[in-house]
Amino acid sequence: MGTAREMPVNETASSVVSARRLGLTFETNDGPVHALSDVDLEVKRGDFVSFIGPSGCGKTTFLRVIADLEKATSGEITVNGMTPEEARKSRSYGYVFQAPALYPWRTIEKNVALPLEIMGYSKADRDGRIQRTLELVNLSGFGKKYPWQLSGGMQQRASIARALAFDADLLLMDEPFGALDEIVRDHLNEQLLKLWARTEKTICFVTHSIPEAVYLSTRIVVMSPRPGRVTDIIESTLPRERPLDIRETPEFLAIAHRVREGLRAGHSYEE
Amino acid sequence: MQTEKLVQDRILPVAVIVLAIVAIWYIGAHFMNAPFQRDLDRRANVTSTAADFFKKTMSQPKPILPAPHQVVSNVFENTFLRSVTSNRSLVYHSWVTLSSTAVGFGFGTLLGILIAVGIVHVTTLERSLMPWIIASQTVPILAVAPMVIVVLGAINITGLIPKAFISTYLSFFPVAVGMVKGLRSPELIQLDLMRTYHASTAQTFWKLRVPASIPFLFTSMKVAVAASLVGAIVGELPTGAVAGIGSKLLAGSYYSQTIDIWAALIAGSVLAALLVALVGLLGRIVDRSMGGRSA
Repeated sequence: MGTAREMPVNETASSVVSARRLGLTFETNDGPVHALSDVDLEVKRGDFVSFIGPSGCGKTTFLRVIADLEKATSGEITVNGMTPEEARKSRSYGYVFQAPALYPWRTIEKNVALPLEIMGYSKADRDGRIQRTLELVNLSGFGKKYPWQLSGGMQQRASIARALAFDADLLLMDEPFGALDEIVRDHLNEQLLKLWARTEKTICFVTHSIPEAVYLSTRIVVMSPRPGRVTDIIESTLPRERPLDIRETPEFLAIAHRVREGLRAGHSYEE
Repeated sequence: MQTEKLVQDRILPVAVIVLAIVAIWYIGAHFMNAPFQRDLDRRANVTSTAADFFKKTMSQPKPILPAPHQVVSNVFENTFLRSVTSNRSLVYHSWVTLSSTAVGFGFGTLLGILIAVGIVHVTTLERSLMPWIIASQTVPILAVAPMVIVVLGAINITGLIPKAFISTYLSFFPVAVGMVKGLRSPELIQLDLMRTYHASTAQTFWKLRVPASIPFLFTSMKVAVAASLVGAIVGELPTGAVAGIGSKLLAGSYYSQTIDIWAALIAGSVLAALLVALVGLLGRIVDRSMGGRSA
């Protein structure tokens, strides 16, 4: 069972995502699959929350429920105090997928402009935002390039810029660095923390890397599969300012150890 | 160095095959025309040497199989040496066929795109329309063409329109099938992205589905333009059309002008190759402007 947490009766203004006894069951030909079961979670404004667990634990599904890309079949969830559908329609979040999903026929700046065009921003406003967000992800000067002319890491940074362009307070990231090599990944993790500090966004981050989760997060949600459920929620004791070598400190290793214990407790490897 | 490579990789293999075909063609022409020539010789009571006899089989006015040089000289003569308004000019006949090909291809492409857009957006259309579309292509065009010509002729529509109609009939299909595939080619992740922006169906269509379908459009247009040409030529056969590559073929077979038939065939092939190359070139230009990697 997940750690049942006391939920405030009145939603506080600082709550960005609030899930209570959330469940999602897919009906398949082989019978129902419980992707999520009894998930209770509260994400506060300014949090950096990581979801970690083996594949099939429902971490991506949970992120997709927040984004209204999947519908929960039981329980309640609010995003910015609204239903996920209302939140999506009022464009309250930016979503970064596992792959950059840049449109190959658009240049980098046109890709960043895509959500702005759809949301009806004026040309002048668009240009300003493109410049600002590309700067934020250190891609100034690459705006005129096509995606294939950029490395994988740069492409993913461009897709982060695209998610930031319309100033949503909530950033949902689904294993954004999963396909990149470790050196690039370290570099991007460091950049992401700086970006988080500068923009004061709330970030929900799905990963299957323990060091990544511990390094980035203020809170780590450990999940286990069949049915997908929360087994532990760990508040990070690390300071907000985190140089890369913080990963060798005893404090870091202690948190990593607790995450590993949480993953093991999910019995995910015996099944 | 690059020209050397070009010769080795591109020109040499093609040249070898062309030479082989020409050689086989000459040998074939000799044997096909030999019996008639022997007959002629016997009646005229002439006996000729083997070399002489070979030469004669290569220069009959109405051979069963004309020799390559006979066809080439006919094509050359009727393409470059005649006024383009002359009834014997291949340029004139090609132009007649080309104009109905172009009209039919234009309408066919448009119709194919419209059908594809409908099918992609309305599920019932796929179920109701698709079987008819496929059935339309299983009907032999040689059977359909005369009916179209006769029916349209009865309501006083003659000339270019009926031929273009047959071109349209043949060319909408590859475009429709290709564009259904193209408009559905965006990956789930790209569609999800549009959903997170709360994009409308129209926005998803214009900003994602249409650009993603462009490579499919040009590939299917290459097939469609060749089919359009076949449609236009077939459309010229049953009309007793006075002009066009089809009428050239027909007239040639009426009067056993085999060299003319082959010349018309060559003209048709060259026209088809030019059209396909033109569409391909257009596709490359569009691809380049859409950020495609230069090959």
